[in-house]
Amino acid sequence: MSASPASGYVRSSVSFSSGGDALIRRRLLMSLIFQWVCRLLTYASLAVLAVLLTSIVWNSLGRLSPSFLTNHYSVNPVRCGILAGIWGTFWLVLLTACFSIPVGVGSAVYLEELARDSFLVRVIKVNLSNLAGVPSIVYGILGLTAFRPLMLFLQALFDGRHAVNVMGLFRVRLLKLEIFDGNILIGAMTMSLVIMPTVIIASQEALRAVPSSIRMASLALGATRWQTIWRQVIPAALPGIATGVILSVSRAMGEAAPLMMIGVLTVASMCPGGIESPLQLITDPTRMLSVPFDQFTAMPVEIYDWSKQPDPEDRFTAVAASGIVVLLVVLLMINATAMIIRAKAARGLKW
Amino acid sequence: MPSWATQRIHRRHETFIRWTLFVCAALSVLTTAAIIIVLLSNAVYAPGAKVAFFERVSLREFLTSTHWKPRDGEGGQFGIWPLLSGTFLVAFVASLVSVPAGLGAAIYMSEYAHPREREWLKPVLEILAGIPSVVFGFFALKFITPWVLKPLFHLVGMDVSVFNSLSAGIVVGIMVTPLIASLSEDVIRSVPGSLREAAFALGSTRFDVSARVVVPAALSGILASFLLAFSRAVGETMAVAIAAGGSPLLTVNPLRGSQTMTGFMVHASTGDSAADSISRMSMYAVGITLFVITLGINLLSGWILRRFREVYQ
Amino acid sequence: MAFAALRCRVLPEAGLDRCEMSDVAAGRVDWRPVAEDSSSMPEINSRISVPPSVRGVDRNLDTSSHAAAIDVRKMNFYYGEHQVLFDISLMVPERSVTALIGPSGCGKSTFLRTLNRMNDLVEGTKCTGECLVEGQNIMDPSVDVVLLRKHVGMVFQKSTPFPKSIFENVAYGPRVAGEKNRSVLADLVESCLRKAALWDEVRDRLQTSAMALSGGQQQRLCIARTLATNPRIILMDEPASALDPASTDRIENLIGELCANYTIVIVTHNMQQASRVSHQTAFFFKGHLVECGPTMKIFTSPSEKQTEDYITGRFG
Repeated sequence: MSASPASGYVRSSVSFSSGGDALIRRRLLMSLIFQWVCRLLTYASLAVLAVLLTSIVWNSLGRLSPSFLTNHYSVNPVRCGILAGIWGTFWLVLLTACFSIPVGVGSAVYLEELARDSFLVRVIKVNLSNLAGVPSIVYGILGLTAFRPLMLFLQALFDGRHAVNVMGLFRVRLLKLEIFDGNILIGAMTMSLVIMPTVIIASQEALRAVPSSIRMASLALGATRWQTIWRQVIPAALPGIATGVILSVSRAMGEAAPLMMIGVLTVASMCPGGIESPLQLITDPTRMLSVPFDQFTAMPVEIYDWSKQPDPEDRFTAVAASGIVVLLVVLLMINATAMIIRAKAARGLKW
Repeated sequence: MPSWATQRIHRRHETFIRWTLFVCAALSVLTTAAIIIVLLSNAVYAPGAKVAFFERVSLREFLTSTHWKPRDGEGGQFGIWPLLSGTFLVAFVASLVSVPAGLGAAIYMSEYAHPREREWLKPVLEILAGIPSVVFGFFALKFITPWVLKPLFHLVGMDVSVFNSLSAGIVVGIMVTPLIASLSEDVIRSVPGSLREAAFALGSTRFDVSARVVVPAALSGILASFLLAFSRAVGETMAVAIAAGGSPLLTVNPLRGSQTMTGFMVHASTGDSAADSISRMSMYAVGITLFVITLGINLLSGWILRRFREVYQ
Repeated sequence: MAFAALRCRVLPEAGLDRCEMSDVAAGRVDWRPVAEDSSSMPEINSRISVPPSVRGVDRNLDTSSHAAAIDVRKMNFYYGEHQVLFDISLMVPERSVTALIGPSGCGKSTFLRTLNRMNDLVEGTKCTGECLVEGQNIMDPSVDVVLLRKHVGMVFQKSTPFPKSIFENVAYGPRVAGEKNRSVLADLVESCLRKAALWDEVRDRLQTSAMALSGGQQQRLCIARTLATNPRIILMDEPASALDPASTDRIENLIGELCANYTIVIVTHNMQQASRVSHQTAFFFKGHLVECGPTMKIFTSPSEKQTEDYITGRFG
């Protein structure tokens, strides 16, 4: 009744419970093992992060104290501090941001909003993705070689303590500037080139996320192209741009290789422009003028130097670790800011 | 007609902005050009009084000599192989660490993890990616070598140098793991869900779906991420300069020190030799080698990735 | 070519004397097969006609003597809080074709996907009631979905060939089930491709990529791939909705051939197709099973008003 023999159809007697089938049990076990291997590999990365942070904090215990933040370099590890590095990094990142944000965001706006599909634009786009993969040390060579003539020019212009002949009429005492090799200006220009591709790509992504309906609506109301971009598109993309830009600039904070190449100080006992506390920014603001041309050191460079100190008793290990703690705390604060912006934006605006 | 006049002002103003922004965008091309010019004019042919590196050292010596002794005057030897071997040794060790870890994490996050789990895993991996290179160098030199490698290899009776390629490779591997994880996750997630459903409907376990359908389908994209990570490892500087040491030896022994191309460049730039001395100029020859290698790998990776995208988009 | 054999009726307003594929696509041709003898075409009113069935499907088959391949009892299904299926009870006799019809969003695809528990893959779904497949309740937690899905195959609306060779696509199921012997696999691939009426077209290029096949060939490949796992039941989720008429015709004929040995449940939004290929038709509406019965009865004298309204095209 149940099966017609002609069709060869027989009633099945298969059981769907896996208990009976050894092969299925093996396959399911295999699947489970694979899942656990993948999970283990994922969490191993996190475990490494935890070990890394623990070992650094542990190592830093011997030196980390308020005086570490306020002292200059010293051959005595107990008194050695990171003050010059903090100020150097601060000025460097500030200037880098000043250079890279307008140019980077501007490039992104051009490429996403204004550019027509011409040969040149395609060259720029292809070039950009390749530039992002160039090792930072190569930018260092560029900074070292190409920006030096610029400094020589500036040196000739300001020529130390003397004056500049303006229009051949007056000898005006402009500024008392000394222009050093490996100064903050060169550092910031080099660093801007390093992070420029990431700034541009991050801004491009943020602009791309803005729905084109907004552009259409604005253009249909009689706004010009630029008005549309400036009043609608950029405000809408701003959280995304800010997040990407902050993350890129924070990368500049941790980079040491290009700075090593352009020859910044590894041992510095003076802050750029002689500014050692935020108070001086208010009491003696003219000092800021000399900051871009002053020699400097940065936190990652100091950390490199301290890590490599050939010290048989390993006394500089604690100093290097303390420097890392300071650097990581600053980076963490910056990253947290970026993430808060991103989270806020995700909640406020949903396309 | 006033309305037309305003219109024209608008236009002129907009043309100006347009050109300004174009110059910004074109700066990136200028940067590439500047890099190439700087490298070539110091390594291959120098205009003016300066003498380029390859005008003093033959390309043949550079490519065939097995010693790297960048000294001025007598006894200087400029064979790139020790630096190349150091670089690739570190990058190879880094791949051994980062390929399984990164791919495993990518598969876990895209195929297994609950959305809520992924939501916090991704930012934590981003933190790992954001830690500066010098920090990893310190970690290799002060933790991995003395606390992990030395005891481990002591058990089998082998000695580990203070500076060694293995610790450098391991930390570089850790550094590029998030890169592989996030790029591979992107390509794995772009494999259409219908393929997964079809595989499940054929009686696959999750392992079958991941290992036999999803990963093979995403293979070219995953490969591209490996290449990109490898190129990043080749160009990695500070961690390697700290952990691998400064002795350019032609060796494949990862327990000894070595010098990578990037490590040499940092070393040379901090040296005291004069700006146009040959030991200093050798930096540009190494730089051009590094640039060509990383660019080549990146171009290959981009080409593979584009072919992957053509299949699914 | 099958399409050439299909006799077409050119719509008079199109003014065509020949029929091209583009005409079919443009809707100038009523491509449905013209009835052999219109006298056997029962009508309930002038607006609906039941086309003849495809070969192999005997709509007068008395399925009451067949054992139940699937027996669903009081099934309720929820996406989170949202209930999409209400108290579905349905019996699918073995070696027959059951068509599930109904307007979009009526739950027919969801119902189909519960039959091999594909909905397990979707977060936050819940299913209550009983679903007996060959006498075993597949809702039971002890049921292994991998075994179940080998036994209850599925073909999707969009063809989903893996980006591998044709051979590897068909051999996939047996391979994951542990079959390694190359010659066994080769035999199996050939027999499945033959059953899916694809062998003659691809025999010379088994190692080329499956992505290079046409849409209709891809869908038949997916059917062959499903057959290779040796299922008893095949679920089809609108298998022909993305295909051109000629390919649709081949898929329908294939269903007619397969139903001698397999139990088939097919979801379709094309009522003509449902009437051509099925022994039994179930009409779903807003998550309820409105009516289920022999196809001829459903299409000629449905007992529910809603069913009649739907098949006569008053809504849906």
